[in-house]
Amino acid sequence: MIRGRCWKLGDNISTDHIISGKYKFSAIDSIEAMLPHVLEEVIPDFYRKVSKGDVIVAGKNFGKGSSREQAPRLLKLVGISAIVAKSYAHIFYRNAINIGLPVIVAQRIPDASETGDVIEIDLERGVVRNLSKGIEEKVSPFPRELAVILEAGGIVEYIRRYGVPPWLRSTG
Amino acid sequence: MGLIDVIISKSLGRDVSPGDIVVVDVDRVYAQDGTAPLVIEVIEKELAVKRLFAADRTYFFIDHSAPAPHVAAATVHKDMRRFSREHGIHLYDVGSGICHQVVIDEGIARPGMIVMGADSHTPTVGALGLFALGVGSTDAAVAIAYGRQWVRVPPTVKVVLSGRPREGVMSKDIILSIIGELGTDGMIGRAVEFHGDALSYLSMDARFTITNMCTEMSAESAIIPLDSVARQWLESRGLTPYRGIDYDPAKSVFVDEVVFEVDKLEPVVAAPPDVDNVVSVDEVEGTEINQVFIGSCTNGRLEDIETAVRILKGKKVHQNVRCIVSPASRRVYIEAFRKGYLQVLAEAGCVIAPPTCGPCVGAHMGLLAEGEVAVATTNRNFPGRMGHKNSKVYLSSPATAAASAIEGKIVNPRKYVLGG
Repeated sequence: MIRGRCWKLGDNISTDHIISGKYKFSAIDSIEAMLPHVLEEVIPDFYRKVSKGDVIVAGKNFGKGSSREQAPRLLKLVGISAIVAKSYAHIFYRNAINIGLPVIVAQRIPDASETGDVIEIDLERGVVRNLSKGIEEKVSPFPRELAVILEAGGIVEYIRRYGVPPWLRSTG
Repeated sequence: MGLIDVIISKSLGRDVSPGDIVVVDVDRVYAQDGTAPLVIEVIEKELAVKRLFAADRTYFFIDHSAPAPHVAAATVHKDMRRFSREHGIHLYDVGSGICHQVVIDEGIARPGMIVMGADSHTPTVGALGLFALGVGSTDAAVAIAYGRQWVRVPPTVKVVLSGRPREGVMSKDIILSIIGELGTDGMIGRAVEFHGDALSYLSMDARFTITNMCTEMSAESAIIPLDSVARQWLESRGLTPYRGIDYDPAKSVFVDEVVFEVDKLEPVVAAPPDVDNVVSVDEVEGTEINQVFIGSCTNGRLEDIETAVRILKGKKVHQNVRCIVSPASRRVYIEAFRKGYLQVLAEAGCVIAPPTCGPCVGAHMGLLAEGEVAVATTNRNFPGRMGHKNSKVYLSSPATAAASAIEGKIVNPRKYVLGG
């Protein structure tokens, strides 16, 4: 069960919004040094305002644009525990699964939620709730192939635990 | 079944359907200096694997900050060279070109392949009739270490391009018009397969621009089945398909079909702040500009440079404009050099840059100051993309970019193209 405070974002939040290329390609050479710039043009001082366990709730096409994996990694590093959005750009989606950041597709919750609401996500039952607004939405479970990666905390953790990626384990 | 399903089915030796999650042998994996550092970190520090199963199928490109604009980039490049040497990974160093163009030029990506690139514009190479998937660094690291990776077979939309484009309308205008109509999430969760008689008027150079920009409507991949234009192009370069694919589009089932009449299109730009904010050049004509950039994986090929040369020959770049031209690869650079194109451009006042992603991604070699406006033949116009957050980028074809460079403001290239 994931429970956290909502940060509400709109449609088409790009990986450039999450971390601008000017930092990624600047002389800043560590991911920690990029932390203060996460989402800075969307929510000024987001880095200071966000708390561990918070949930991002967004519209459609979240994470569009560049393949930069620093985008989901930075969101996880600042404390985001899950993202609930109407749809995701596919590279961002894969990157998030790989680092063990749950990315949930929902339609009503993004429309109804506001920043500050309390969001609860029950991955096992496939339910997302906005406790502040008193609404809940059923969501599709992750396909088994991806669920095992998320359950392990990401593909790296999975491989550390079992020695190989899930697909080599099941076929081998 | 679209062509992507057929390629995956052939690779697996069994039939797959859209939505299936399957594990494939990855025929080629590549990464660039924006994504490779994290690939190396994941392999060495996080996974701590010593032997890389797919090293001989792996290619690294130093293209985003090349040549190194600062010590941090130089350090990254040094580490890429070290890692490549240790594992026998093919490295294309500074000056070789932009990854997507080099895999085309060098015959690394060939028809029928399954290719993963740690760069969002990897679908560019789908114009060669292959399945190209953009991925992140961890995905690429796992593919390099184990040789296999999961993919979700994407549902494919058939996009029919119909009619003959008018003079002055380039393939960039076609794909920008499509994105303008469908929106930046227009193809989310889907792949695009192109058909239609308009393709017969589009060279391979022009086609790569179309598949490249499919990323900007969130398509998971883009593909163009081989036709006579593609087969002649392959033959002229001594290339053959990697995997023979028997494909009959007439028997294919697509999740959707969209027809675009390209004979009615006019030159367009994507105005800031997003790629689907597409308007005709006439609507923004007269907008004063400070910089023009002709290059990138979108429009840095020989035909693009040729177009700029035809317009700029004997003319001068406007005094208020820096016009930067960067051929997308060494091969393109040398061809443009031999044909005298670079001389014409230099005499017109252009800055000839080495092959690099630099200006497009705001890394180096032509950043914008606050309030400055650029016309660029690139693929993204997000706020701050090419520099200061309050600078502006208009995306255009090379023809519009070259004509605008002469006048110091956005202009329709019509008179330059028709005037010969």
